[in-house]
Amino acid sequence: MSFFLAALRRDLLLTFRRRNDIINPLAFFLMVGVLFPLGVSPEASLLAQLAPGVVWVAALLASLLSVDGIFRSDFDDGSLEHMLVSPRSLLLLVLAKVTTHWLISGFCLALVSPVLALMLFLPNEGFAPLVFSLLLGTPTLSLIGAIGAALTVGLRKGGILISLLVLPLYIPVLIFGASSVQAGSIGLPIQGYLALLAAMLVLSIVLAPFAIVAALKISVRS
Amino acid sequence: MLEVKNIFCERDERILFSEFSFTLNEGEVLQIEGQNGSGKTTLLRILCHLTEAFEGNIFWHGQNVEHSREVFYHALLYVGHLSGVKGVLTAKENLIWMSQLDTALDRISITGALKKVGLFGYEDVPCHTLSAGQQRRVGLARLYLSSAPLWILDEPFTALDKKGVAEKETLIAQHVQAGGCVILTTHHNLNIPGTDVRKINLDECLTT
Repeated sequence: MSFFLAALRRDLLLTFRRRNDIINPLAFFLMVGVLFPLGVSPEASLLAQLAPGVVWVAALLASLLSVDGIFRSDFDDGSLEHMLVSPRSLLLLVLAKVTTHWLISGFCLALVSPVLALMLFLPNEGFAPLVFSLLLGTPTLSLIGAIGAALTVGLRKGGILISLLVLPLYIPVLIFGASSVQAGSIGLPIQGYLALLAAMLVLSIVLAPFAIVAALKISVRS
Repeated sequence: MLEVKNIFCERDERILFSEFSFTLNEGEVLQIEGQNGSGKTTLLRILCHLTEAFEGNIFWHGQNVEHSREVFYHALLYVGHLSGVKGVLTAKENLIWMSQLDTALDRISITGALKKVGLFGYEDVPCHTLSAGQQRRVGLARLYLSSAPLWILDEPFTALDKKGVAEKETLIAQHVQAGGCVILTTHHNLNIPGTDVRKINLDECLTT
């Protein structure tokens, strides 16, 4: 546990020293909110209908954009090799890295999502479901994305490949996340959707770290 | 201590090692020599199990490393070709993290070790502002902190000045006198006081 905290502290410190890692996903997320009404239509009723899907797609893409960097710098400067010859648990290390990624992407996105929802005229009843579904859904995105990042870290241009690998796995999260907001905004119960998002999260917390560690070993050892 | 048996490794359809074996005992320094591209780094990565693309076995104190990796990694200090030093972290933060990863590193004497490698006054400066040699020194400060018996060093003297190299040679001498062993690659003529350096030339291995 103390090793997990030490790894988390290091990764957070690294992120705070490179501020654009934090700003990039947020800027992307908010830019979609600003540009979408300009491109489609500024009419409130139309935007309100599209809002749940748009906010969720923007959050998903913002998370995907930054996932490539999870292991990149550690691979490039040799830190990853040192991690692999360490007697410490790689599972904890990987969990710390994914947690850091979630804190700077998913968690921050969930916090600013009401601003985006406001710009897109989402009904007031949809705000709480939006924040809760993002809080439950985005950690799953980070965990799945990290598998793709670990598999492609050895390639120079892995960006497109990550999208191909992980986007199909993102789809269930997107469907249930966006549906929960849609249901919430017209006053229907959302517990079922949130329970499904939570189930996906539990499943990926248990299984994804093993896949990430195996993928990292393949990338470094080949 | 370390026994390497019948290593076979092929890369890009070129055989790097075939039936390659050696034994390393306590108090020995082994220098791997060879031209660029002869497989020095590959050999060190094989020894650390950082690559799977080989056949053969490696034994540490009679135990196959394949099955007892954790024991082996406890006993190993690996300084790779890439130093693993983060540019945005300070020298001290880098070493604190390395001591978290490597249980054999002594966390208390980090400041002392930085002083010994000549980085006194640079502890709290981000590493990307240091020169290449100074960054190398941050990674090599681990040698002063480690209690691991086996050191595997890949080109440790790159970018170091003459004084720095002499200091590391003295340190290696102290380590082997205390019963440790060292495997390193370098093109530099090693001068380790009180110890004969064993040499393996990979170019010759290939032809025989």
